[in-house]
This record gives sequence, C-alpha cells and structure tokens, in this order.
Amino acid sequence: MSSIEVNNLNVWFDDKQALKGVNMTIPEKGITAIIGPSGCGKSTFIRSINRMNDIIPSCRVQGQILVDGKDLYGPGVDVTQVRKNIGMVFQRPNPFPKSIYENIAYAPRIHGTRDKKKLGEIVERCLRRAALWDEVKDRLDKSAYDLSGGQQQRLCIARALSIDPEIVLFDEPCSALDPIATAKIEDLLEELKDDYTVVIVTHNMQQAARVADRTAFFYLGELIEFGDTSQLFERPENELTENYITGRMG
Amino acid sequence: MKLINRTGAFGRAAARVGFKGFDGAPHLILFIITLISASVLVAVAAFLIFGSLQAFNVIGPVELLFGESWRPTSFFNQAFGMLPLMVGTFLVSFLASIIAIPIGLGCTIYLAEIAHPRIRAFLKPAIELLAGIPSVVYGLFAMLILQGWVAQVFGLQHGYVALNGGIILAVMMIPIMVSLAEDAISAVPRELREASYALGATRWETMRSVVLPAAMSGILAAIILSIMRAVGETMAVLMAFNQTPILTLDPFSGVQTMTATIAIEMGEAAVGGLHYSALFAVGVVLFVITLLMNTIANRIMSRYAEAYR
Repeated sequence: MSSIEVNNLNVWFDDKQALKGVNMTIPEKGITAIIGPSGCGKSTFIRSINRMNDIIPSCRVQGQILVDGKDLYGPGVDVTQVRKNIGMVFQRPNPFPKSIYENIAYAPRIHGTRDKKKLGEIVERCLRRAALWDEVKDRLDKSAYDLSGGQQQRLCIARALSIDPEIVLFDEPCSALDPIATAKIEDLLEELKDDYTVVIVTHNMQQAARVADRTAFFYLGELIEFGDTSQLFERPENELTENYITGRMG
Repeated sequence: MKLINRTGAFGRAAARVGFKGFDGAPHLILFIITLISASVLVAVAAFLIFGSLQAFNVIGPVELLFGESWRPTSFFNQAFGMLPLMVGTFLVSFLASIIAIPIGLGCTIYLAEIAHPRIRAFLKPAIELLAGIPSVVYGLFAMLILQGWVAQVFGLQHGYVALNGGIILAVMMIPIMVSLAEDAISAVPRELREASYALGATRWETMRSVVLPAAMSGILAAIILSIMRAVGETMAVLMAFNQTPILTLDPFSGVQTMTATIAIEMGEAAVGGLHYSALFAVGVVLFVITLLMNTIANRIMSRYAEAYR
C-alpha cells in the first residue's frame, strides 16, 4: 500500500503561484480530506498527485511527490504509468458516452486485457465495489447516460477502481449531487478506505468531518494545518484554521 | 403571465389574425421576412419542376434519368439521357472525397488535439480563409497550373481530365470539412478527456477511443456537407477539365457534371424547347440530391446534439 510524501511542492500557472512549498505526508489507507476556501489550491494539489496538471500547458511544477519512495516528478517517469496506478473521480460525473460495461472495461482494455471473461470479471468486481452492481447488472449494455447523476458518479468511482489503483483521488465528488446521492457516496468512501489510500477535496466542511480520518487545511496556496480530523475541527492549532472552520472566513 | 404589448396598426393586425404572443409590429415584420426567405425554397422547387415537365413528358422519366447518352444538339441522333452527367458528377465528387477526407481528417485531428494552442490560433483561421476564395480562382489554378502537373505525373497528353477536377474540388472541400469537424471535436467536453487521461490512457488512445467516437456524428456531418460542396460546384469544375458527356468511371477521361451541363448549355438551348426543359430536369435532380444530403447531415447532427443533452 502506498503512502504519499510531498516535499516542498510548488506549482505555477504562468506567473501565478498556486501552491507554495507544500510539505505533507499522507499515510497509507484511510481518508484524508483537503479543505479550504475557493482558490486555495486544493484542487491543484490533488491534481498534482496524479500529474493531471501536466495537461495544462501553462502549468509548472517544482518539488517532489514520493509514492512508495518513488518520485512521481523524477526524470524519466512516464506520466501514463503514474496515472495508471492512481484512480481519480471528478467534480461532475463524467462517464464516457458508451455503455455501462464499456465505461469500466475501457481502462483494462487499453492496458492490455483482451480476454472477454476477465474483462467481465473486472466489470462486475468494480461495480460491486462501487455499490452499483445490483442496480445495473441487467442493463450493462445500456448507455451510461441513462443513469441518474448519483449512479453516474458511482460508475465513475467503479471506473477509477478498474485500473486497480492503490490511491484514489476524489476532487469534490459530491458537488453536483443531491443529499441522498451524496450520502451513498460517503458510505462508499467508508468502505473503500480499508483497501485504498483515499484523498478527497471537499468544499463541505461537514463532509470532511463526517468521513475523513485526517484533514488538511489549505489557504492561499499554502498548507496551513494537517492533522487528525477531530483534532483539527475541535482544537485547531492555527488561527486561520479556526477562523475558517468557525465560518469567520472563506 | 407575460404582458403582451400590442401597439400600432401591425400589432393590432397581428392580434386580430391570431398571432398570440406576438409582440407588436416588429414581430410581425420579422415573421414575414422569415416567411419570404423560407418560401424561396418552395419557389425554386416549383420553378425547376414546372420547367422540367415538358422533358419528363416527351422523353419519359426513365429515359431522361437513366438513358446512357446525352446528345442534346445532335441533329439525327438527339438523346437526353442524364446518366453520364450523374456518373460524371459522382466520379469527380468521389475522386475529390477520397483525396479530401483523409487529408481533412488529418488536419482536423492535428488542429483539435495535437497542435499547440498558439499554432492552432494561427492555422485554423488560415484554413477557414480558404473557404472564402471564389471558386473561379480555384478554377484558374486548376486550368493553368494543376493541369500541367497532373499531365506530367500521370504521363498524359494534357491534364484536363476528371482527376484534375477531383483534386481542385478536394482543395475546396478541405476547409469546410476541417472547420466543421474541428468544431465537433472541440465540443467534446474536457471532462471526458480528463477521465481518460486519469485512467492512464495516452493522448492517442484518448483520441481514438473517447474523443473521436464522441464526435463521430459531427465529423460525419462535416464530411457530408463538404461533399455537397463538391457536388454543387460549377465554375472550378468547368475550368478544370474537358466537358464531354461520356459514360465512364475513368479518372483520366473528360466527363461532364450536372452543374457544368446547365452552365454550358443553358445559353445555347432555345427557350421553351426540349433541350431547355431537359436542363431544368438536371436541375431537379441536383436539387433532390442536395436536399437529401442536407437532410441526412441534419439528422446526424441532431443525434449528436442529443448525446450531450
């Protein structure tokens, strides 16, 4: 299993610095929440962990992120290999305009699994893992767009699990969902945390308090405080953190 | 409830004739203007059909549409079979398509997915500008320069052959195809690409398995609309090769397209005569072909819009 060690991470978009000297070690397994006001760099941070920021031409990254002791930003590192080992779920459900089955089978197939039986097993396992199997098992060949928003997001979680990652990143996964769908996703997070290192960005402090084992507070591109969720919410050490969680700022 | 403000004579007239929800004179005027524009379609169709009635009656629809010889001015041997003209149009458009489609799609993929934004910002308008060049200029180029190259490359006595027309039509098709297909690819949401990248897919895999399938109907519509351009083109075709109504699929022969036939022969046909009417019939066939292709393209496009509802 994988811990994530971030050493002096700096990220720029053109001249604007989005992350400033972030140091933190995210232990393996469990749920780590990233909170902070809009524009604090929390999305940039999580997107650094699977090098999604590389897509943006104006982005420049300096520093180290070690997963299992290997630097993701080291020389000669293949970006697709990095992403192959880290799952990601996005703000809005973004299933492919394909069938439910094809959404899950997509990644295993491009990574070389051709065997139909094996693909079928992966599809079932991932859908079960995402608590979606019973709802869709009779219509795997139907378009993913026929599902509700919450189901689509669970499909996206199943898709993220299809690459058999050890780390799964959630970038505000419930921001487009209603409370019931949100509760289902949160239940799911609880179940995943025993097997995966889960990092979740959320703008919802209650959500962080409900699901996360550890919480990190970002402000203006800096990591202000990082610790056990209960400690951070009940006895924050930093004044900025206290201002934010009590609603005086943000 | 929205308050409806009916003022002035037009507004009251609109209200009287029952245009509910019309907002006075401006709406009525705009409605009439739009109606006039749309009725042009009906007028053109009626104009062509009435003009062609004589030919359909005297020659017979089967002979007129599928007859194998077009000899409108022959004194002893007059024949009005449109097949050579249709095959001519098909041959030239087909040649143009097999050249333009791969090149056009290549350009599209490069511009949409590979090119740096700054390169794209320069190249895409440049390609779109090509669509604005008058066809007579393309015709001139085909007649004076391209013809010589075609003759040299294929060892012909001269290059005024169907292939020459196909090449110049391909050049004219590409900007339309690239512009429309690039729009279709750019309309694929960024989130879909990100989902694919996040799963460890390469750019190429993402393009092939996610972006292109998602944009496929838009790309198909772009292809059909650009083929319509080739089918309907007259001037460049007229100038690119010898117009000879031979029934052939040989790219190194001269052929005669439907559009060119009307353009060349209308001037010499006696008004109200059989030849004159037969040219109207050619127009009817062209009209039907373009209408069909346009309908197909629209269908495909609306299905594509539905995919991102």
